[in-house]
Amino acid sequence: MSVQIQSLTRHAPKASRRLLDDVSLTVEDGAFVALVGPSGAGKTTLLRTIAGLDGPYEGSVLVDGQALAGRPMRERRIGFVFQNYALFRHMTVARNISFGLDVLPRRARPDRAAIAARVAELLELIQLPALGGAYPDQLSGGQRQRVALARALATKPGLLLLDEPFGALDPIVRRQIRRWLRGLHDQLGLTTILVTHDHEEALEVADRLVVMQDGRIVQDAAAEMLDVAPATPFVMEFLGEALEFAGRIAHGRFEPDDQDVLSFPAGAGEGPATAFLRPHETRLVAGGGAARATPLAGGRGGLRRVEVALGARVVEILVPPERLDLIGAGGLGLEIGRARLFRDGVPLTGAPPAANGRERARVAAG
Amino acid sequence: MAGPSGRGNAVLVAATYLTVLAVLVLPVLLVMAEALRAGLPAAWRSLLDPDALSAIRLTLVVTLVAVAVNTAGGVMAAWLVTKYRFRGRGVLVALIELPISVSPVIAGLVWLLLFGRQGWWGGWLERHDIQIAFATPGILLATLFVTFPYVARTLMPLMEQQGREAEEAAFLLGAGFWRTLWSVTLPDARWALLSGILLTTARAIGEFGAVSVVSGHIPGLTETMPLHIETLYNGYQTVAAFAMAALLALIAMATVLLRSFLEHDFRKASS
Amino acid sequence: MLFRPRRRDGLPGLSRSIAFTLVWIGLIVMLPLAALVLRPWQDGSGAVLRALHDTRMYAALRVSFGCAALAALVDVPLGLLLAWALVRARLPGRRAVDALIDLPFALPTAVTGITLATLYGPTGWIGAPLARAGIRVAYTPAGIVVALMFVGLPFIVRAVEPVLRGLPPELEEAGVLLGASPMQNFRRVVLPPLLPPLVAGFGLAFARCIGEYGSVIFIAGNQPFRSEIAPLLIVVRLQEYDYDGATAIALILLLSALACMTGVAALRRRVSRGLVARGAA
Repeated sequence: MSVQIQSLTRHAPKASRRLLDDVSLTVEDGAFVALVGPSGAGKTTLLRTIAGLDGPYEGSVLVDGQALAGRPMRERRIGFVFQNYALFRHMTVARNISFGLDVLPRRARPDRAAIAARVAELLELIQLPALGGAYPDQLSGGQRQRVALARALATKPGLLLLDEPFGALDPIVRRQIRRWLRGLHDQLGLTTILVTHDHEEALEVADRLVVMQDGRIVQDAAAEMLDVAPATPFVMEFLGEALEFAGRIAHGRFEPDDQDVLSFPAGAGEGPATAFLRPHETRLVAGGGAARATPLAGGRGGLRRVEVALGARVVEILVPPERLDLIGAGGLGLEIGRARLFRDGVPLTGAPPAANGRERARVAAG
Repeated sequence: MAGPSGRGNAVLVAATYLTVLAVLVLPVLLVMAEALRAGLPAAWRSLLDPDALSAIRLTLVVTLVAVAVNTAGGVMAAWLVTKYRFRGRGVLVALIELPISVSPVIAGLVWLLLFGRQGWWGGWLERHDIQIAFATPGILLATLFVTFPYVARTLMPLMEQQGREAEEAAFLLGAGFWRTLWSVTLPDARWALLSGILLTTARAIGEFGAVSVVSGHIPGLTETMPLHIETLYNGYQTVAAFAMAALLALIAMATVLLRSFLEHDFRKASS
Repeated sequence: MLFRPRRRDGLPGLSRSIAFTLVWIGLIVMLPLAALVLRPWQDGSGAVLRALHDTRMYAALRVSFGCAALAALVDVPLGLLLAWALVRARLPGRRAVDALIDLPFALPTAVTGITLATLYGPTGWIGAPLARAGIRVAYTPAGIVVALMFVGLPFIVRAVEPVLRGLPPELEEAGVLLGASPMQNFRRVVLPPLLPPLVAGFGLAFARCIGEYGSVIFIAGNQPFRSEIAPLLIVVRLQEYDYDGATAIALILLLSALACMTGVAALRRRVSRGLVARGAA
């Protein structure tokens, strides 16, 4: 099922603050999209609005080309999984799963045997075949998570909405369920929208990431494009540790303000600019300047953490172990040629357009 | 004072028992003793007196209706106040709790101001020969007012704490309002609901002041159990008065004990 | 910007529960109270002014307010003791004690009334020994206080108990370790955080006591100007078909109770916002 959202705006009750500010988004049939952003960005609000919880709002939400507002839930074919699962505590796992079928009007309701068969099938699917008679309080977090998913899937929805579904799980279980969920999405041909504040989780499981900030969509791009071409410095920083270098572009080169940081070719027009890059994308160059470097304890992904003194400023970068012997030499320069350049919050070099050009213009103007 | 160390604890326990005995238990013992002063058969016979039976019957009817109405209203109001956020919510809660701080006598008086002979609609009612004040409907209205808040008040903290996610989940799975209320919200709040119903019942059975004002005190006709106790007591029929008082005291004891167990259950369940 | 329709969606049942609740509150609470508030002005303000010149009413109000204040005050230490025992002591039979504390709330007031009147009467279990010592309780204002104490006690206990439960015992242990004497510890460490709930409990008990009727009239003696409480005077005025007089007293009682409840609610809000500092006495 596809989702088209146009100019969706929601106000906070009793305040002029906007929870969602002119949000437009299209999710194609069969897509797996993650809404990411810091807390308070409006991700959950957007998801709940799509589901038809909360209200009122301005703008339109179309699912398969049709407005949902006012239509009975059972016709909407939407499955929703809550952050804390919202399992019915006084019902067994089986009754939880069959709830969506039990509440159908008699004409549309499958007979008892069919419902029982569907529950058994779903219990099999979530790999908990023996737990139909258990109560939610008797389950572990990961099991509850899967029951919540089975409950949402019982009525065969086309659109699955997940609100921070892994938030309460420990890291190992998280990874397992993530992979299993992605398999389920492909196997059942669902359209899935997932809310998470964890970008790594989103990168691993989703095809497309929609980054939100202050009720707006900042960037909407395929997972692999986000890091290559972030739409704003915020996206760059949200996706991981980033180093920031102020400077200006002159004569076709970016000249950093910090001493001992090497300039590099930049195609944009002259004027002030800011360079952002990941700590592991830097390179120390012997004889490139007067900087000194000191190895620190720790590192990541086989890289060592190194502290570099650039005049008055100290930055931390990641260095491959085989280049550590450079450090003793002193007289170093920091090469940042892989940086993304921004001016007034707008990318300068070859950034692909965000899905919604108006959003970016708005960010630039603000 | 700090910590339950040996002697301190013993003193504290002794003081507590003494207070509970002198203030709370002694009156109950006295009720029983007075009721049984002429023996159990005499007490039992006094309860089978036609006026006593009529008082019991009237009390049962009034209690049944009052509990039904205020349970339905209390559930809806608790749902409204805890599952939605809207302007004026605080005012609504205050209004629900208002009858608690209104003197029972006033709770009776207000209905006379509406339906009594000098009341707003008294003349009209008299012309159409409809009796509300000094009759069963008046007693019912007074009881409704006095027992108004208890179901809502017991439910509200629990339902507030439960949040609304379960209801949203049920709604998203296709359940309508009544279905959600009946099979998701109420089963999860059943102990609190039962506790609130128990309290409402106890207060309805025992209401005296409000009912006294609107009743007219006609033995065998408009006397509830507490009013009948007053009549018997003032007529120096001590055994009969205390026999009925003992019956009410037993109901009250059962109520507080049951409620204590229920509260223990839902405190445990919600932790 | 173009006009955009506002769409409403969300948890169903809002309009139904609003309608149901408003009808319920409207018919059972608002309508009769509106009658109470409007009635006195119906025949001009003369009747009200006349009612306000009634010295017997002022005497009755004085008895009601005085006895209620005294009873609630005596209940404060008793309530604190019971709450403390429930939360902190190793109390055999705690559940039974816990249940019994609500008894005054569940016991019909008429039962309380005739029981206390008998218990404290000249030949009663407590009244007889007191009479020999020359003390009369029943049929005097002291009897009113006794009855109101019984009625008000649960309010203090139930107000203090949850706060005490939320207070870590480590606080007192820290006080002891810092060298405070038991008395200092109680006054400086334990009492300050319990003060707001004690005041709130006092307010609730007082509000309840000024309106109390059934448990008082049997033991009070009901002599005008001496042991006649305001709610009883309302009943007396009604029996005299003096609706204006009855309504005037009722309004004064109602407004006093509301003022109490508002004060308690404000205190609770301030405490929950941390405006009444937990450590500041």
